[in-house]
Amino acid sequence: MDSMTYIAVASIVTAGITTGFGCLGPALGEGYSVATALKSLAQQPDAASTITRTLFVGLAMIESTAIYCFVVSMILIFANPFWNHAIAAAGH
Amino acid sequence: MRISPDQLILWQHGIFKLNSTIVTSWVLMVFLTVGAMLITRRLAHTAKVSGWQSFLEIIVTGINTQIKEAGLAQPEKYIGFIGTLFLFIATSSICTIIPGYEPPTGSLSTTAALALSVFIAVPFFGIASQGLSGYLKSYAQPTVIMLPFNIISEFSRTLAMAIRLFGNMMSGGMIVGILLSITPFLFPIVMTGLGLLTGMVQAYIFSILATVYIAGAIQARKVSPQITTKG
Repeated sequence: MDSMTYIAVASIVTAGITTGFGCLGPALGEGYSVATALKSLAQQPDAASTITRTLFVGLAMIESTAIYCFVVSMILIFANPFWNHAIAAAGH
Repeated sequence: MRISPDQLILWQHGIFKLNSTIVTSWVLMVFLTVGAMLITRRLAHTAKVSGWQSFLEIIVTGINTQIKEAGLAQPEKYIGFIGTLFLFIATSSICTIIPGYEPPTGSLSTTAALALSVFIAVPFFGIASQGLSGYLKSYAQPTVIMLPFNIISEFSRTLAMAIRLFGNMMSGGMIVGILLSITPFLFPIVMTGLGLLTGMVQAYIFSILATVYIAGAIQARKVSPQITTKG
């Protein structure tokens, strides 16, 4: 295989693994935080607005790690710098 | 496949390029500014209030309440900054119902600019509130050992804000694009609806995070803010 194929294979496989593991962790974290928030909502319905707001901010925080992984895999697939470099090097 | 509206160039003359991000953000800015000017030109103090004035009052009062609940006691001082952030991001994601429109927040340059303005506004409000030395002391807050970590978190949370907004808006458009090629007609509409919800939540998150960071800068020594976050 030439270097282009190596780059393509490595990028595609890494993008899949990145999104897979990047969804796994935040999914566990978000599930746990929503479960805890529901539990505390059931115990203290008066504090609903504070709990919901903190939950939303926290969920966005957790979800941003998944978004980082998604951005990395999108860059690997659609805007791969190594691939562009190899194309530029082949052109010369 | 384009991952950002930066790559859609509408007009080019020499080295000057006018891409979709610039055009849509300027159109949004003009729309928001002119709309607000037209509505606030004739404000009524009597019992009979026009519908548009009530609409703006609802928005301003709502943002004020949210800022106050997130830990800033005087929201009038900060609504000019935080409210603008919220309205711009919210409008740019609501307008995705217009066909052919691409949200300017789906470009990393726009979100980086928004995050940078928060990065500058936090020390600005902090120094205005407790003086230069008081603000600088807040970096060594629990102990001096935390100094480098506080400085790192200042940068990392700016990066996190930019990437979070960009990733969410970009992923919405991308999921619709992918689904259009797999299952047309029904699922893209559902995902567009979900994208509208995500856009509103992200606008809320972005402005609430800015509020929390500013609140942390102006009252670091008095009371700890309700929501403590790390970037």
